[in-house]
Amino acid sequence: MTFETWLRADRLPHIWCSGCSNGTILNCTLTAVDDLGLDPDRTVFVGGIGCSSRSVGYVATDSLHTTHGRALAFATGVKLADPTLNVLVFTGDGDLAAIGGNHFIHSCRRNIDLTVVCMNNLIYGMTGGQGSPTTPPGALSTTTPYGASEPAFDLAQLAVAAGANYVARWTSYHVRELERAIRAGIETPGLSFIEVRASCPTNYGRRNRLRDVTDQIEIFRTRSMLKAKYDRLVAAGSPVPPDAIVVGEFVRRANPVMGVPP
Amino acid sequence: MTRLDFMQGNVASAEGAIAAGCRFFGGYPITPSTEIAERMAARLPRVGGTFIQMEDEIASIAAVIGASWTGMKAMTATSGPGFSLMLENLGFAVMTETPLVVVDIQRGGPSTGQPTMSSQGDMLQCRYGSHGDIATIALAPASVQEMYDLTVKAFNLAERFRCPAFVMADEIVGHMRERIEIPGSVEVAKRRPLEPGRLPFAAGPDLVPGFPSFGRGYRVHVTGLTHDERGYPATNDEAVHAALVERLVTKVESSRREIADYEVMNPDADVVIVCYGAPARTVLQLAAEQAGPPVGVLRFRVVWPFPEHALGEFPNAEAFIVPEQNMGQLAREIERHTSLPVVPVPKLGGDLHTPGELARVVEEVRRR
Ligand SMILES: Cc1ncc(C[n+]2csc(CCOP(=O)(O)OP(=O)(O)O)c2C)c(N)n1
Ligand code: SF4
Repeated sequence: MTFETWLRADRLPHIWCSGCSNGTILNCTLTAVDDLGLDPDRTVFVGGIGCSSRSVGYVATDSLHTTHGRALAFATGVKLADPTLNVLVFTGDGDLAAIGGNHFIHSCRRNIDLTVVCMNNLIYGMTGGQGSPTTPPGALSTTTPYGASEPAFDLAQLAVAAGANYVARWTSYHVRELERAIRAGIETPGLSFIEVRASCPTNYGRRNRLRDVTDQIEIFRTRSMLKAKYDRLVAAGSPVPPDAIVVGEFVRRANPVMGVPP
Repeated sequence: MTRLDFMQGNVASAEGAIAAGCRFFGGYPITPSTEIAERMAARLPRVGGTFIQMEDEIASIAAVIGASWTGMKAMTATSGPGFSLMLENLGFAVMTETPLVVVDIQRGGPSTGQPTMSSQGDMLQCRYGSHGDIATIALAPASVQEMYDLTVKAFNLAERFRCPAFVMADEIVGHMRERIEIPGSVEVAKRRPLEPGRLPFAAGPDLVPGFPSFGRGYRVHVTGLTHDERGYPATNDEAVHAALVERLVTKVESSRREIADYEVMNPDADVVIVCYGAPARTVLQLAAEQAGPPVGVLRFRVVWPFPEHALGEFPNAEAFIVPEQNMGQLAREIERHTSLPVVPVPKLGGDLHTPGELARVVEEVRRR
């Protein structure tokens, strides 16, 4: 892969803070599309609004940077109008699960042939660190100054329940696994959802005793638990650490899909 | 060859859309527009097009915009509550210069209001509803024939100016059944592709850039953020923002004479009724049947951009009477363009004005 094949050199430097994991996740995604030999001229990236969604603007393909929460609805139009295009979506936890929650579950239900990469940093990064639907109970944000009091969404489980054909979760620490998951997602017809636990040192870490960039990465490294192990523990009735990040493939199936060329 | 038919206004609009080349419909059911979605659901698969019922109106217009960026002609249909939900993404369509058509079959509002009753309550919503400054193209059919003809025209204007075009119909015109002549073929504007070597958002003298459809190697970045001619965000650059918004507004506003479409009756009259949509039917009947001095009629088929020059078609006019199924939405715009008295005749609740009601207003105005 050459840098110029997939990235717009004339858009750099990017807007992301140092230590932000969005760049890593973008990199893994572009490695995956390149490994699969996707044609940049026939590939479209769609994003909503947020630091994560800004990724689409750095990719050197056709790209649609839309409105907050609506990326999947726009992507649905692109894909249905021309099913021969490869359509990938970058989104954030707020974009996807709060304002865009309805489009998320319906896109999974339709099982439309999109690959969705969600950079889940547990916070609204772009607007300065407000709580999101994935902010863990107790975590501090500018709108949960006494600790988040609402339960958090499990995005991967939500996608499985709503009908997506491929669902995986990794973290920005697991770059090889993430690349493989995105590849598998692109190769699986239907909706593929890859949740990536991402670090936002500026607006999440700073308020939650993860001041150094490496603190967050260390959590990804030490608290991640493979889905297979998690399932074994649950089946055996053994306790699962409450802060475990369950990673791996959640589902890969071949249910009927929408938006593939006849 | 022209074919005679008898059909409902909403169905005629759907047929006009297909004749104009529309091959994508994304929508959400809402009275009194639903027959358009239902007709498109039946027809599009048979002409190689795509119909999808989305989860709401926000998603509907988003899907329409996405489809349009592949180069396809796309539309949705709705009524007031749905139109309100679409507004943010309609602003996105204006900002990104995405051609598309929205048919709004207006019903009584605010809120859920009168789902089955006619209204013209969205005429200002379509003009001013988006945040930021925009120009609007809006057409107002007054018959089943015009539901067909003006839907075709809306598609052509959307392509010509690269922006959303609205067919602002009302429940009466949407649901009435009338004779219609379906032309064997219609004039259809093709999407003009981006010229080689030109930046994707750099416009020529007509202020409308060519369209870089997705999937053709343009590798274009499309964003609702303020962008430069490359399409790249330039959100803190005053000059770029001002130039962009001014161009988006001017490309439509400076063509108001080209876009204008209206009918004039009795240009020498002293009193002129200005009308559009279903109320125009009463006005035309009144003008045809009234005893005494003739009353002037100015009927708009295009309401936005407001064809202000049309008021000048009546050199002897002493007053303009404006019957609308709202509390005077277009009347206010007319006031901005004339020093003569403007007399709104609001009608709420869903019924049309009767010819008698309008005749009394004409008499009153003449007595003043
Ligand atoms: C309709 C609308 N509401 C609110 C906003 C403000 N806004 C911009 S980004 C954002 C949150 C983004 O959070 P997330 O999707 O988690 O992305 P991140 O920035 O963390 O990557 C919000 C609320 C907006 N742009 N549009
Ligand atoms: S605010 Fe957070 S998510 Fe946004 S760029 Fe900075 S570190 Fe990344």
